[in-house]
Amino acid sequence: MKLIYTFSTGLVFGLGIAVSGMMNPAKVLNFFDVMAHWDPSLAFVMGGALLVTFFGYRLAWRRRNPLLASSFQIPRARDIDGSLLTGSALFGIGWGIAGFCPGAALPALGTGRWEVVLFIGAVLVGMGLKRIVAPTVAALAKP
Amino acid sequence: METSFTPLSSLVGGLLIGVAATMLMLGLGRIMGATGIISGLLFSENKAEAAWRAALIAGMIAAPGLIYTVTGTMPALDIPVSPTMVAIGGVIVGLGASIGSGCTSGHGVCGLSRLSIRSLAAVVTFMTTAAVTVFIIRHALGG
Repeated sequence: MKLIYTFSTGLVFGLGIAVSGMMNPAKVLNFFDVMAHWDPSLAFVMGGALLVTFFGYRLAWRRRNPLLASSFQIPRARDIDGSLLTGSALFGIGWGIAGFCPGAALPALGTGRWEVVLFIGAVLVGMGLKRIVAPTVAALAKP
Repeated sequence: METSFTPLSSLVGGLLIGVAATMLMLGLGRIMGATGIISGLLFSENKAEAAWRAALIAGMIAAPGLIYTVTGTMPALDIPVSPTMVAIGGVIVGLGASIGSGCTSGHGVCGLSRLSIRSLAAVVTFMTTAAVTVFIIRHALGG
């Protein structure tokens, strides 16, 4: 039941990504290119998503527990620290180079385009790199 | 490459993304963040935790095929950059999203809907670096 529910959730998400144009790197890069070819469509994607999620979350949180799990698991971190800003800055640079972000590329895998597989493979390499780099940096930072 | 302004389909797509984010919170009490879902699938020791993430990703991947079945065309996916840039961008995206604990879906849609100041800082940071990166590549370097 839980897996059918999450599969359907993923399907709705993927349809949203595809219909919205987020899946298309040409559109994403033009959103950032205010100087030429500017395509403001993605502001409508974000606006629509925020509108539903803002109210949807508040409706969901009226329940004591989620429908299919024992508790709500909401991130508790509140601090704006160096890792948040460095990581986000890097993320934006990569997004601006490739035109894909992970949430758009996962549904895009379904188009069967090899460039998407290349992108997701590269993202996994980057994630693995962090797991190697982070402990090394932490060890070096220790006096 | 020019892309056309699509406020209506982008808004509809955005609303669907919001519905999916709400479904995941209502059903499982979880945040719809692509980075967290990928790393949770790969690095989770718990099989049940990995299973719902795999089902979610499978649903996402099924979306373009469903669109193709219904409309007869795949969603537009134009990649205006070289495969090398897709790969380099992907590694930086993976590294940055894992250091910064989130990406467009996690910090952008879910974090902003929770009115998280931490996520707002992340979103402002990555939107800025993405726009600067696109400006440098397209205009300063003249690519």
